[in-house]
Amino acid sequence: MSLVWVVLLILFVVIVLSVIATYNRLITLRNRIDNAWAQISVQLKRRYDLIPNLVETVKGYAAHEKEVFEKVTKARTQAIQAGNIKEQASAENMLTQTLKSLFAVAEAYPELKANQNFMMLQEELAGTESKIAYARQFYNDTVMRFHTLIQSFPSNVVASIFGFKERDYFEIEETSRESVEVKF
Amino acid sequence: MYEQISSNVRKSWAMIAIFVVFVVLLGYIFGELTQFGYAGVIIALVVAITMSWTSYYYSDRIVLTMSRARPVKKEEFPYLYNVVEGLAIAADIPTPKMYVIEDTAPNAFATGRDPEHSAIVVTTGLLEKLNRVELEGVIAHEMSHIKNYDIRFATLVVVMVGSVTLLSDWLLRSFWWGGGRRRNEDRGEINVILMVVGLILAILAPLIAQLMRLALSRQREFLADASGAMLTRYPEGLAGALEKLAADREPLEVANKATAHLYIVNPLKNLKGSVNNLFNTHPPMEERVKKLKEMAFEAN
Repeated sequence: MSLVWVVLLILFVVIVLSVIATYNRLITLRNRIDNAWAQISVQLKRRYDLIPNLVETVKGYAAHEKEVFEKVTKARTQAIQAGNIKEQASAENMLTQTLKSLFAVAEAYPELKANQNFMMLQEELAGTESKIAYARQFYNDTVMRFHTLIQSFPSNVVASIFGFKERDYFEIEETSRESVEVKF
Repeated sequence: MYEQISSNVRKSWAMIAIFVVFVVLLGYIFGELTQFGYAGVIIALVVAITMSWTSYYYSDRIVLTMSRARPVKKEEFPYLYNVVEGLAIAADIPTPKMYVIEDTAPNAFATGRDPEHSAIVVTTGLLEKLNRVELEGVIAHEMSHIKNYDIRFATLVVVMVGSVTLLSDWLLRSFWWGGGRRRNEDRGEINVILMVVGLILAILAPLIAQLMRLALSRQREFLADASGAMLTRYPEGLAGALEKLAADREPLEVANKATAHLYIVNPLKNLKGSVNNLFNTHPPMEERVKKLKEMAFEAN
């Protein structure tokens, strides 16, 4: 009789401990996701701040390429105003595209390409873009680990009891590595 | 990956323990042979603890000074800064401090004791000769060394292997002036035994320490290549960089036998040969590039 109770007690303790461990892992991952998202936001903001300077610099050399400037400015505004992660992702894709056309314009002006300020802005923008890519990679990896935990047994039981919800991945069109390189 | 980290932390402590024991043993023999007695052990213990302490807290600075590396500001190399900051985000560690060595030979290494106290050192030649994806590959390799705590181990090894060599040398010399004297007649036999043991230790220890160091660092390079490639998600970048670095025949003047194993490619560019394989600090380049290209193939 007493042996049964001991076994049951040990079983109970083991279960409680593993529930606590799973719960803590879920919390850790969720906080890490929030933190990773904050990282992305910091880099996105840095990019928004750089764009007006870039536009001004290019304007100084190619004032009549109005259409491109307007597109870039509009895409920037949309990206800043984006509400959720999905909207943000599509707005960022748009912004990346318009920035590409801005750099394509710059190709036609050798003096602009040689301008120290322009070169610096270009490097900062390229650096910020790769940081966004890496922050996104880390964010998505963490979301994936979070989802694995939520979906697999027996952690899914703990997750559903405490109401842990799946997060959105931050998806941006994969630009090939080579295109990053061309900017130099 | 996490197993690798704890195993490296463990190995670092084991290394310190073995080092202390070894030094105390040397001190004991030293004390017995000369007329210091137990004072030898005490002196050796003090030396060992001081050396462990210094190498734990200051080895990175020693290595940086030895390599004539200077810290850089963002304004000077924004390109390098952006790459390092980006990869620190990907690896989820604080941004390491950045140093450069003024040398046209392309090479790089990382040092420090944990991700909070770490530094990445590149030569100016590396910045000139590699494109962005290749530089990202190299920095990611170094970032992996930092994340895996390889840097603590590798940097400790620099100081400790050096100290073991120095102490053994010291003991060997002591045989010349101290070994001949005998305290009393009945201790003669013990003295002979101690002398033989001491002699063997003094001759073998630096050699064993050296071989251990080399075997370990070869293993580590493969691991850092693989996790570095994981970080950039682009193994071709590091593969391309390694090919370029291997093709460059210029030796790096500030590197020496003690620091050679820290670098991403052997900075001494020594001769090829089967006997040399045992004393190589790095795995053969062809093999490293081959493994990376296989990874790239699997990824596609």
